[in-house]
Amino acid sequence: MKCGIVVFPGSNCDHDCYHILKHILNQETHWLWHKEEANLESFDLVVLPGGFSYGDYLRPGAIASFSPIMNSVITFAKAGGKVLGICNGFQVLLESELLPGTLIQNQSRKFICKNVTVRIENPDTPFTQNCGENRILEIPVAHHQGSYYIDPFSLNQLEENGQILFRYCDTKGKVSAESNPNGSVGSVAGVTNEQKNVMGMMPHPERCADPQLTGIDGQIIFQSLISNS
Amino acid sequence: MLAQIHVTFKDGVLDPQGKTVHNALNDLGYDEVLDVNIGKYLEIKLDSASEEEAEIRVREMCERLLANTVIESFRFNIVPTE
Repeated sequence: MKCGIVVFPGSNCDHDCYHILKHILNQETHWLWHKEEANLESFDLVVLPGGFSYGDYLRPGAIASFSPIMNSVITFAKAGGKVLGICNGFQVLLESELLPGTLIQNQSRKFICKNVTVRIENPDTPFTQNCGENRILEIPVAHHQGSYYIDPFSLNQLEENGQILFRYCDTKGKVSAESNPNGSVGSVAGVTNEQKNVMGMMPHPERCADPQLTGIDGQIIFQSLISNS
Repeated sequence: MLAQIHVTFKDGVLDPQGKTVHNALNDLGYDEVLDVNIGKYLEIKLDSASEEEAEIRVREMCERLLANTVIESFRFNIVPTE
């Protein structure tokens, strides 16, 4: 699988993603610099990593969504290319309107940095195909603006189209207000577009994919993408 | 010309900052406070040919970048400078 990792000024999870894809999973991996448009036709996957692109000025992801590389990413996504946005990368995808909805400040107003459990809601996508039904993953979150918001009508549509990929849950898979760390509507932790080739998620799978660290649940998302390519 | 732009949350969108300030004002004894909505205020200096043109361009700026219209609404005034 040929992968590209976008680097914005302020990205800080780019090297983690690069490490997992290149050194742990042995995939061909390239950097994509934000200032340059790129021909992505030969790529199988583009990752928008976490961090604080452009210092989160105005709104997280807002300025990054207009950077030159995003023109290429949008063209790539519209042609069916697979795009994974993690945390700040998710915010960039929402600001680019490649994904529906938006992310607002956590209900608690605090920066949340901890391991959470998420339930796979749709195992029938390129991002989750190796997961199986009702699988629960333990993945870290680290965000201040991670509360997913969309109007109730559109949330219903996401649900009907199988676009909700992950929901925050407890260790047994139960979804409740207590298991929702940030106040996201419907406990949504990750969504796809209608075509299922663009996915954004707040938890960080690249932080739990190296066997030298505790937990490798995040690997399954990258493995799904490799199986799919 | 100067554009004075206000960007605020739409009704129904959770505003944790506004809620906290609301509680703080109530704690200080300002019981008449019913709701607080915290937003952004932007001032943009413009070199536009006319007020009409400025209005069209500023509206576009708000829709494309300055406000996230999923959750925020905006309003603005164009005022002469000097």
